[in-house]
Amino acid sequence: MTYTIDGRTGPWELVIGLEIHAQVISQAKLFSGAATEFGASPNSQVSFIDAGFPGMLPVINEECVAQAVRTGLGLNAQVNLWSRFDRKNYFYADLPQGYQISQFAHPIIGEGAVEITLADGATKTIGITRLHLEQDAGKSLHDQHATKSFIDLNRSGVALMEIVSEPDMRSPEEAGAYLTKIRQILRYLGTCDGNMDEGSMRADVNVSVRKAGEGFRTRCEVKNVNSIRYVMQAVEAEARRQIEVWEAGEEVFQETRLFDTARGVTRSMRSKEDAHDYRYFPEPDLPPLVLEQDWVASLKAALPELPDVRRARYVAMGLSPYDAHVLTLEKETAIFFETVAKGRDAKLAANWVTGDFFAALNRMKRDVSDPPVTAENLGALLDLISDKTLSGSLAKQVFEAMLETGKAPGEIVEERGLKQVTDTGAIEAVVAQVMTANADKVAEYRSGKDKLFGFFVGQTMKAMQGKGNPALVNEVVKKLLAG
Amino acid sequence: MHPTDFTLRGAIDALSEGTISSVELTQAHLDGIAKLNPRLNAFITVTAEKALAQAKASDERRAAGQVGALEGIPLAIKDLFCTAGTRTTAGSRILDSFVPPYESTVSQKLLNDGAVFLGKANLDEFAMGSSNTTSASGPVENPWSRANDPDTRLVPGGSSGGSAAAVAARLALGATATDTGGSIRQPAAFCGIAGIKPTYGRCSRFGIVAFASSLDQAGPVARTVEDCAILLKSMAGFDPKDSTSADMPVPDFAKACERGVKGLRIGVPKEYRLDGMAPEIVALWEQGLQWLRDAGAETVEISLPHAKYALPTYYIVAPAEASSNLARYDGVRFGMRVTEPGSDLRDLYERTRAAGFGAEVRRRIMIGTYVLSAGYYDAYYLKAQKVRALIRRDFEQAYADVDAIVTPATPSAAFGMDEKQDDPVAMYLNDIFTVTANLAGLPGLAVPAGLDGQGLPLGLQVIGRAFDEETVFAVGRTLERAAGFDALPRLRAGA
Repeated sequence: MTYTIDGRTGPWELVIGLEIHAQVISQAKLFSGAATEFGASPNSQVSFIDAGFPGMLPVINEECVAQAVRTGLGLNAQVNLWSRFDRKNYFYADLPQGYQISQFAHPIIGEGAVEITLADGATKTIGITRLHLEQDAGKSLHDQHATKSFIDLNRSGVALMEIVSEPDMRSPEEAGAYLTKIRQILRYLGTCDGNMDEGSMRADVNVSVRKAGEGFRTRCEVKNVNSIRYVMQAVEAEARRQIEVWEAGEEVFQETRLFDTARGVTRSMRSKEDAHDYRYFPEPDLPPLVLEQDWVASLKAALPELPDVRRARYVAMGLSPYDAHVLTLEKETAIFFETVAKGRDAKLAANWVTGDFFAALNRMKRDVSDPPVTAENLGALLDLISDKTLSGSLAKQVFEAMLETGKAPGEIVEERGLKQVTDTGAIEAVVAQVMTANADKVAEYRSGKDKLFGFFVGQTMKAMQGKGNPALVNEVVKKLLAG
Repeated sequence: MHPTDFTLRGAIDALSEGTISSVELTQAHLDGIAKLNPRLNAFITVTAEKALAQAKASDERRAAGQVGALEGIPLAIKDLFCTAGTRTTAGSRILDSFVPPYESTVSQKLLNDGAVFLGKANLDEFAMGSSNTTSASGPVENPWSRANDPDTRLVPGGSSGGSAAAVAARLALGATATDTGGSIRQPAAFCGIAGIKPTYGRCSRFGIVAFASSLDQAGPVARTVEDCAILLKSMAGFDPKDSTSADMPVPDFAKACERGVKGLRIGVPKEYRLDGMAPEIVALWEQGLQWLRDAGAETVEISLPHAKYALPTYYIVAPAEASSNLARYDGVRFGMRVTEPGSDLRDLYERTRAAGFGAEVRRRIMIGTYVLSAGYYDAYYLKAQKVRALIRRDFEQAYADVDAIVTPATPSAAFGMDEKQDDPVAMYLNDIFTVTANLAGLPGLAVPAGLDGQGLPLGLQVIGRAFDEETVFAVGRTLERAAGFDALPRLRAGA
């Protein structure tokens, strides 16, 4: 069913395309040897090349090219063995050379496709138009001084991949799912850390609206949206704005807009009329980028397992498609799960990871990369369940204790004597005590009040502080009550 | 013999024989500079103290048995090459006080081979010009003058006018230069010395202030072809810091000078016979071809059908790249900054660039910006790139049949400092014979071959196959020997 927004004139469809800027994970910048670490003190990671000094020349960083190729392969995309860099010319204080080296006419990666999964479990294929390499600009700081702007060039020259999608998305959810998917693939590949808070991933969102059955109407571009949630909000806000414009009998003009996250609306940044003329032309300081097919093949052979493949593998292991999806969203989660599940019941492992473990992460505001319980310890807990040392409810108690203390489950069981009682004699003794103390109820039960069975089980468990094996307690209570 | 009369080769020999020290040689050149530079203005910056310290260090190395290929040889460095700790202006006000913290690869290689740097040679602003009159440090005067009109001051050509004038006036044994459309060969010809623009990619561009990246190439000027060969050997070579530099071995160019031309086929492009060309130039060209035939070469008429489009093509491609290359001079990080109270960023750009760039540089930035603009790109820049490919193909086809091409170096001898200054197109015509080699990336050598009727030097140009500087040197040396060019400029050290 097509997602629509209702206007005064009826329902409107949305058409959405994304340009994702993803910072390449690499030790050095795209064209210089300067470091790329986030959070370094201003202008401490700047070479003369990054600062655009006279006579400085760019030299391509092979690792950045390899990362772009890996990403292209991960997006099922065409790898162009011949590509070229162009200069995008414009003046700005944080653009030292007065141009950005990018790939305009001949990108390194051509068409590809990814499959997104929606909340209802439906899947959809989103086309990738291209991926190209380009250098980032520096950063202007306008809030450090009353009359001056400060420039930090640490980011200047850092390698970015711009991933351009086809206008294939039709709802905020699809846009969010697409961005999530790209981020997931890049993180699996290790080509971008996907850290949107630190700006290592951001999206330009192209939105237009139309009536059912129409071709494309004019689109607007919402620049630099820096979270998945904001992308979804920006799509909705911009679509509603455009619907209002059209329904007022006016026309939507192609322009660049910004998403005001505080007010939840988009604002005009610059219109097409005063858009830059970037005067693209081939970068004369760099020869065309020519890749060897064998080199591409070797990168392909060394690619890590991608999320879709991993998910399919989990389903084959017996997991539900939903659990498989959730466990593969983040590579770290999948690795955690696999450590827990290794040599154990995969379904049980999935239940514990997606259940109590995720709940604990949420509650403690922790991350799977910094878990309050190690995967090894959680696995050991599952072993104690499997060998009947712990009942399900005891296991939960032990898990809570593991969260508090960080200790291994075996140790906690020993210390707190939480071991399940499977000794029938011991259980019989407790049940006998309970019956003695509740002789009236025993009489009632024996006269036909079956419902009191639960009372005896409960009292027995209580007396055993929950350590009785539930199945055995049931069995013994039944036997003794029967007389 | 006065120490400044040595050729570079002669000085190398004298130094190794111990008949002169580098300090003596350097001091003699510094004396010449002190005397003549106030008039010639060939140097923007003279680094006398540094030069003498380098010379002293060189003499000590020599005494210790360490002798580089250019050990103790005093050179001038075009002020487009960044020199660590020494002001580098590119002839522009905008870099008036710029002291690079790094050394260009070419000048570093010369230092590694033991050279001594006398100072930074004047040039047209950002190497844009053919008369060395656009420099923010003032025009350079050609040490030559007309026999019948000695008071008219002549231009040395450009943009490497300071380098050529310094070498011609014996203020340096050789100099670095750069050539984007003829900036080595035209001033060499105007000043009666030799100069080679090697194949694009032969010398690293790292640390050379960029004019037009796809055309710029460093090379030497010196008083003999062999001196150029010795210098180029030191300057050339692959540099991982320049992605357009060629990873190829550097041959022994000096040895190639003595190869001779026997059996070589020399191409004579018919399109270079321009209407109204000075008869003296035509005659010298004919003479040069005869010398080559006498030495055993065969001369063949060839056609370079697209050569007539070379100049307009050049004046689209070069300004386009320059408009982008010069965007970094914005007053933000280094060099000149001009602001007024309340200036915003745009105002800072406008004031800085208006004050920092001279008229010719501004003109080329505007031309370049125009030809790359939306709506004009296809008609100008893209078209020019296509023509450039055709010019390159013309040469490839010609070189299937010939080993080198010989043409005049310039359409005239040096002209007066006040001539052609108000007509940029007339000025641009100076490059008519030289720009093709830049567009095709080929090596081109200017050799002094004779004098015009007023006693001014005229040069011939040898253009070779890509990376075949050896044949170019062989042909150039043959022309030089046959010409026996021994005329001297009026203004020179030691005179």
